[in-house]
Amino acid sequence: MHVTIPYVVGAALFGLGVYGVVRRRNAILVLMAVELMLNAVNLILVTADVSLRSALRGVPGEAWATPNAQPGSGGVFALFVIVLAAAEVGVGLAIVLQYYRMRKAVAIDEVRLDADAERVDG
Amino acid sequence: MTVADVLLLALGAVAVGSGALVVTSTHLVRSGLYLVVSLGAIAGLYLVLGAELVAWVQVLVYVGAVVVLLLFAVMLTRAPIGPSADLDRPTGPSALIGGGVGLGLAALFADAFRWIEYPSPDPGTAETVGKEIFGTWVLPFEVLSILLLAALVGAIVLSRPDIGARPAPPAEPAESEEAPA
Repeated sequence: MHVTIPYVVGAALFGLGVYGVVRRRNAILVLMAVELMLNAVNLILVTADVSLRSALRGVPGEAWATPNAQPGSGGVFALFVIVLAAAEVGVGLAIVLQYYRMRKAVAIDEVRLDADAERVDG
Repeated sequence: MTVADVLLLALGAVAVGSGALVVTSTHLVRSGLYLVVSLGAIAGLYLVLGAELVAWVQVLVYVGAVVVLLLFAVMLTRAPIGPSADLDRPTGPSALIGGGVGLGLAALFADAFRWIEYPSPDPGTAETVGKEIFGTWVLPFEVLSILLLAALVGAIVLSRPDIGARPAPPAEPAESEEAPA
C-alpha cells in the first residue's frame, strides 16, 4: 500500500482542525475541531507504525530505534491519544457547561479574561 | 493501485469531506453528525492500515461516547436547531492559517514518503496490542490511568457548583434552604 495517502489525509484533517479552532466562535464547535486534530494525529501514528516498521525490518536493532522488535507501538500511542481525548472532552464540556450556566452563552471571543471574580460569579 | 490503495483513497475522501463539513456547517447538530461520519471513515482507515483494535476502540470511544457527549452539550447549551449566522468569525485569516498548516504538512509528508509501495501489515489484534501495552508501555499506561481519574474528579468538581463554593451571602434565603441537605 502507498502510505502517502493516509499521511496526506491526516495532514488535511489536521489543517481542517486548525481552521475550525481559529474560525469557530462556539466553544462546542471548537472542541469538535480539536477532536479532528487529535484524530489526524492518531491516523498519522498508525500510518507511521505501518511504514516505519516495514522500513526498519531489515535494520539491525539499535536500542534507540526499536526498543524491542515487536510491532504495534503506533497503535498503542493512538489508543493513548484516544483516552486523552476522552478526558479532554469530559473536562472541556464541564467547563463549557459551567460557563453557560453563568453567562447563558458559549461564544469564546466574548470571554472576558480580565473580569473580576466576583462579577463572574454574579 | 491495489485494493488497499483504492480503499484508502475512498475512505480518506469521506473523512476529509465530512471533516470539512464539520468545520463549515452552520448547523450545530449537523456539525456533530458529520463528525460521526468523519470518525467512522477514520476507523475504516485504521482497519485498512491493519490496526484492528484501534479501529474498534475508535468506534466505541469516539463515535459512541465523545460525539454523544458533544451532542449532549449542544442540547444543554440550548443551541438553535436551525442554521445560525453568528457561529463563525471572518474566514480570511483562519483559512490562511489552516490551509497553510494543512498544505505544509501534506507537502512535508508527500516529500518524505514518496510514491513508495509498502507491504501490507499483519492485523494488529488485541493480543499484539496487549503485549505491547503491558510489555513495553506499562508506565505510560499507569500514568494515563491516573490522569483519567484526575480528569474525572475534575469534571465532577467543575460541574457541581456546590462543591468548594463560598458560603452563600445571607441575603439570599433560597440558597440557605438548600444548604443543610
